[in-house]
Amino acid sequence: MTAPETAMQRDRAVTIFEKGQAGRRAFFPPPLDVPQRPLDELIPPRLRRREPARLPEVSEPELVRHYVRISRRNFDLDTGFYPLGSCTMKHNPRLHERVAGLAGHARLHPLQEPGRAQGALELMWNLERALAEVAGLPYVSLQPSAGSHGELAGVLLTRAYHEDRGDQRRTVLTPDTAHGTNPATVTMAGYDVVKVGTNADGGVDLDDLRAKADEHTACLMLTNPNTLGLFDPNIAEIARIVHDVGATTYYDGANLNAVMGISRPGDMGFDIVHFNLHKSFTQPHGGGGPGAGPIAVAEHIAPYLPRPVIVRHGGERSNGSTREFDLDYDRPKSIGRLRGFQGNYGCFVRAYAYIRSLGASGLRDASEVAVLNANYLLARLRQLGVCELLPPAYDRLCMHEFALTGAPMKSELGIRTLDLAKRLLDHGYHPPTVYFPLLVEEALLIEPTETETRETLDAFAEAVAAILGEAREDPEIARGAPYTTPVRRLDEAGAAKKPLLRQAL
Amino acid sequence: MTRYTAVTDADLSAMLEAIGVASVGELFAGIPAAVRRTAPLDLPEGLGEAEVYAELRELAARNTSVEDEVSFLGAGMYDHYVPAVIDMLMGRSEFLTPYTPYQPEISQGGLQVMFEYQTAICELTGMDVSNASVYEGPSALAAAAYLAKLSNSRKRFVISRGVHPHARETLATLCAGYEMSVTEVPLADGVTDLAAWSEAIDDDVSAVFFAQPNYLGAVEDPAPLIAAAREHGALVVSSADPLTLGILEAPGSLGVDVCVGEGQTLGNRLDFGGPSFGFFAARDEHVRRMPGRIVGETVDVDGRRGFVLTLQTREQHIRREKATSNICTAQALNALAGVVYLSWLGRRGLVELGELLVQRTAYARDVLAAVDGVSVIHDQPVIREFAVSLGVGDLAAVRRVIARCGAEHVNPGHPLAIDYEEYPDGLLVAITEQRSRADIDLLGDVLGRAVAAERSGAPAPHGGGEAR
Repeated sequence: MTAPETAMQRDRAVTIFEKGQAGRRAFFPPPLDVPQRPLDELIPPRLRRREPARLPEVSEPELVRHYVRISRRNFDLDTGFYPLGSCTMKHNPRLHERVAGLAGHARLHPLQEPGRAQGALELMWNLERALAEVAGLPYVSLQPSAGSHGELAGVLLTRAYHEDRGDQRRTVLTPDTAHGTNPATVTMAGYDVVKVGTNADGGVDLDDLRAKADEHTACLMLTNPNTLGLFDPNIAEIARIVHDVGATTYYDGANLNAVMGISRPGDMGFDIVHFNLHKSFTQPHGGGGPGAGPIAVAEHIAPYLPRPVIVRHGGERSNGSTREFDLDYDRPKSIGRLRGFQGNYGCFVRAYAYIRSLGASGLRDASEVAVLNANYLLARLRQLGVCELLPPAYDRLCMHEFALTGAPMKSELGIRTLDLAKRLLDHGYHPPTVYFPLLVEEALLIEPTETETRETLDAFAEAVAAILGEAREDPEIARGAPYTTPVRRLDEAGAAKKPLLRQAL
Repeated sequence: MTRYTAVTDADLSAMLEAIGVASVGELFAGIPAAVRRTAPLDLPEGLGEAEVYAELRELAARNTSVEDEVSFLGAGMYDHYVPAVIDMLMGRSEFLTPYTPYQPEISQGGLQVMFEYQTAICELTGMDVSNASVYEGPSALAAAAYLAKLSNSRKRFVISRGVHPHARETLATLCAGYEMSVTEVPLADGVTDLAAWSEAIDDDVSAVFFAQPNYLGAVEDPAPLIAAAREHGALVVSSADPLTLGILEAPGSLGVDVCVGEGQTLGNRLDFGGPSFGFFAARDEHVRRMPGRIVGETVDVDGRRGFVLTLQTREQHIRREKATSNICTAQALNALAGVVYLSWLGRRGLVELGELLVQRTAYARDVLAAVDGVSVIHDQPVIREFAVSLGVGDLAAVRRVIARCGAEHVNPGHPLAIDYEEYPDGLLVAITEQRSRADIDLLGDVLGRAVAAERSGAPAPHGGGEAR
């Protein structure tokens, strides 16, 4: 199929470094208001820069137009449906941007004396308490910068816990359905990965787990519901097996959006949990960050938490200070810092605003609707005959997301999951996650979130059905898709073979 | 239904019917009763938008921001002016609300921004390659250590005590997992003690780390520090303050292997410490061991220029336990602010801003050194920050001095003794383009009176400085 070139496609990519002219500028420094001294006297010439950095030279109007124009070459959540499995693309309330931008939050220096940052520390304290309640675990550190950073914190906590007891452990168990960050984290924390198999129902294979959990096991890392969108009914037994060998249980909170207020990781038997504030608690994803990955832990893990820890003092203290909230650095068993300062506070403000907006029943509503929407979308796909070519990997009620396999589609229609995904772009949708989880052939992982209306879900299901119908007539159309996007399929192999990672100047 | 969901009663019954269940509760029947909650969470009920705004505004009002006082706080994050274009661009839905650009055909905006960002960081640092950003400064340094660990099988790192204390502590934390040890080299006269540095480095050292300028604001002489490491084949990692790179020699030209740093000063607000971004740039030979997202240029099937995530075989979602890092997200939105800021500043602006900082900082150091009792901790060249001894004895006395200044709406800086017991009454003072000569003169006056009062034993203001 050929399609006429769109206006956006005709507008070829030009970088900011290829724009402007020598001498143009958007910034003019404030006047020098102190006595000028020769620079050579202040900074010896041999330490100074010889060749200036070749930064762009553009006016402010050029700068604005450049970035506004390229912004339009992005698809975003505010524009359309974004059912990206395992990513929880829920609406980002603009209230959060407004409150995070208040000078008292946005322009607060991280080393301000705690006595003059009581509002910030109280907010963090309150957020910790709320996250502890959602997790069902008593102690929280907000410090980790992302889910993967929270995982690293969790495994280092595990390591500190075992070492403190004189117990040398070597391995961490991860199911074969796990996110890639789990095994990568294990290696960074100095342990070896031991994979645990998946049973016929999509849960952890208990026999395999029993066979592999032993005195060398430091920890089990698990996502529940797992990356297939299935809640593991054996969760209590899984935790028991792992605890019986003296290991810790780690809950990857990537899929927490399915169970907020419905089932708590602490009650399931987990010792350590990370939250993705950018998923369940609706921090905007920003095109790939920033996020935040707070962790909640059980009593026996608490002494090792990263420092500083936020503390609340009852009443007036002996030194006369009336400060109620403080940062406590005196934590002798702490694993130490994982980063600078107190964490991604701007994310905490947004997450706290979300929790205050929804409250206990609203958080539960979010999870209930997320699960309702996922099951409804699956039902609609079934009704439209889509599941004959894209059957669910595990045929049961799902949680907030579900995995389909494109294997029958591939053999019967001759199009791959990738082709379906690319054709969805022409229909104005962000495709689901593709080729993950790894154990599902031609996988498609669909997470609609609670944000979407029934009409949107219906329209998406119909678009998928239409693409399959079209492919039955002419599979080449999907194989050549997309046609209408700012660029069409890109040569990724070529990019990796001869990396061109910066503008040539 | 809340204001962020849309299921009416009619929707609900139609949806349940399509699914084939009688109630929402049935959807959760797969969760064993023993771990399924019936009681609501112990959290307050939800509030309307206006009420939430009011509560968050009230919390904000109990913080003393840099708008409420004349602040000389720095020590890793600085109150530079953030141009309005950055607020506007960061607030655009197209940049604010997408996920990581997994579908490049509909993510060219974000991918091009990352490509431009990588270019800007390479230009700034003089390095060959940059990734698309990491979490923030201190963890970027620890990530560089992991690159070194993967590059050679040596067991020890050497780090200057001039590196930010949070970065040193972060490295120590992660070294538990890397199964590596760290040797810290002290400062002498404000800069890394070269004799001790050379002594500490042997053939067992995987990488060395120094900061330029260092935590005390002093400009190091990097050449001998680098040469000492080269002699033993250790990798060299430097931590740079990006806004000093219009003045100071580019790390790439000095021959470092990896240059990392905190990106907050590049168009990001203070945010009580984050989110900001960390930059991570290296020599070409290290590119396949770099952490994080990297964007490359390519073409589409019709030959149009385009951008994609590339070299992904390094990453966790492909390599899993053999990945070069567990990092998944970048700090794309903050890095956008970074490249917009550098473009706004421009080729000449970077140099001119640096020169202004140097002149004002030199002036401020002279003003404070003239205060009775106050002396400089070192007389090394400084760019934007310097360290003084207040002559009041100890950390508690420094805190009282800060509280006295706070009562006059001046924040004179950060007490050094929190992290450096060898400077018991040290104060780290930072200058930005937002602190005018008049502000600096005010600091000299207010700090002078506060130090005099402390030295005379007058009672300190009560409470150690509450928010106004």
